[in-house]
Amino acid sequence: MRRLTWRPAELVEGSAETATARTLRFRVPGWPGHLAGQHVDVRLTAEDGYTAQRSYSMAAPADGDLVELTVETVADGEVSPYLTEELRAGDQVELRGPVGGWFVWRPESKAPVLLVGGGSGIVPLMAMIRERRKAGSRVPFRLLYSVRDPERRYYAEELRRPDPGLDITYLYTRSAPDGVSRPARRIMLDDLAEGGWPATFEPDCYVCGPTGFVEAAADLLLALGHAPERIRTERFGPTGG
Amino acid sequence: MSIISRGFRGKRRDDGGRVPPGQYLVDDFPVLSAGPTPRVPLDRWEFAIDTEAEQTHRWSWQEFMALPSETPTVDIHCVTKWSKLDTSWEGVSLDVLFEDVETAAEYALVYSYGGYTTNLPLEDLLDGKAWIVHRFDGEELEPRHGGPARLIVPHLYFWKSAKWVRGIRLLNEDWPGFWETAGYHNYGDPWREQRYEGD
Ligand SMILES: Cc1cc2nc3c(=O)[nH]c(=O)nc-3n(C[C@H](O)[C@H](O)[C@H](O)COP(=O)(O)OP(=O)(O)OC[C@H]3O[C@@H](n4cnc5c(N)ncnc54)[C@H](O)[C@@H]3O)c2cc1C
Repeated sequence: MRRLTWRPAELVEGSAETATARTLRFRVPGWPGHLAGQHVDVRLTAEDGYTAQRSYSMAAPADGDLVELTVETVADGEVSPYLTEELRAGDQVELRGPVGGWFVWRPESKAPVLLVGGGSGIVPLMAMIRERRKAGSRVPFRLLYSVRDPERRYYAEELRRPDPGLDITYLYTRSAPDGVSRPARRIMLDDLAEGGWPATFEPDCYVCGPTGFVEAAADLLLALGHAPERIRTERFGPTGG
Repeated sequence: MSIISRGFRGKRRDDGGRVPPGQYLVDDFPVLSAGPTPRVPLDRWEFAIDTEAEQTHRWSWQEFMALPSETPTVDIHCVTKWSKLDTSWEGVSLDVLFEDVETAAEYALVYSYGGYTTNLPLEDLLDGKAWIVHRFDGEELEPRHGGPARLIVPHLYFWKSAKWVRGIRLLNEDWPGFWETAGYHNYGDPWREQRYEGD
């Protein structure tokens, strides 16, 4: 039986991803490795012993004892503002994982892949994109990435670089950059019909983001004829109403 | 001895000892599931209990709604760390559904529309510990929260409370369900923090 223990994790490096999100690289001695799409639990302990735990997806494939996360600041949140604003290189948190064996992409897989991410929901999808590149996989990927405005895009530099077999469509919800003809709005059927794969290609679909986004996108995929068992979802919370 | 994170204070809320370790309170109602939300028309809905002797007890929606119902108010605890206090539901106690079921089985495998499964010892479903509910907070249970009907077993992590519940298969041997096969704990007691395999 595999036991998931809490391991000390030291921040090696933190860098701004957007004005409200930060990418954190931790060194975790003894880290067993992970699959693209899995997450970790992070535990913070105060001096008097009070603790808080939250889950965060890994943003990059396994790389020795390094674990990379990208965290969006939730205003008035308990954990995320600490991780994005307070934590400095050399500081320690605790981390356990990897967790989750369902929302994962394996490089041996041959089916085309559709990634649908909203906001910080891009994080586990980025791990899949990076895993594909690292493994030299030729499986065609399409990414539909819904963000408020161009400044909110994570990994913008990296996603601008050509990556053969990866098509990216940005879906802006508040303000689109000049030259983009699609009006700024939430994800709709046309977006998935045009930027996704036909259901007959039987792609594996990964949908991740805030609950409302995931509900909407998964329903649209069903409406387009994708089989429910090919639609994997990860909901980052918070509201379900 | 756990590691102290420099400068972390946390936001504390007095919960009167009702929140298990590692959990935090929410006022909203987060949604978590592994795939799209199934939508089950009521005229095709049914709930079944299959015994180890392959006897099946079935209820249509109408038959189910005619059973005596209860309105439990319970605290719920999700393995993703949120807890919600005093949630109010309406539904049928498993004790009512099991009244005419003859079984010596010790294990139950709960299965859902959409293919989800989860396992638990049968005794964790009986004696006022579990319900099949169809209303939340006075309203019909929304599909994304498991409507038309879901199981609730408040004393275990909430993934045991299968949404879109379709039936229970009684087994002589334990059979792990969806998350239990994917590395989660087989039993899932929040007070003992049984989150993952081996906890
Ligand atoms: C499997 C999984 C993977 C996740 N991966 C990531 C990730 O890669 N990056 C990331 O940034 N987050 C991720 N999350 C969300 C993360 O776990 C926390 O919920 C988030 O960081 C907020 O925690 P907090 O303590 O700052 O806020 P809390 O103190 O928990 O909440 C404060 C307030 O903000 C609201 N709130 C909580 N979560 C969110 C949210 N996600 N968006 C908007 N409002 C919210 C709450 O309802 C509350 O009103 C993931 C969640 C899960 C379940």
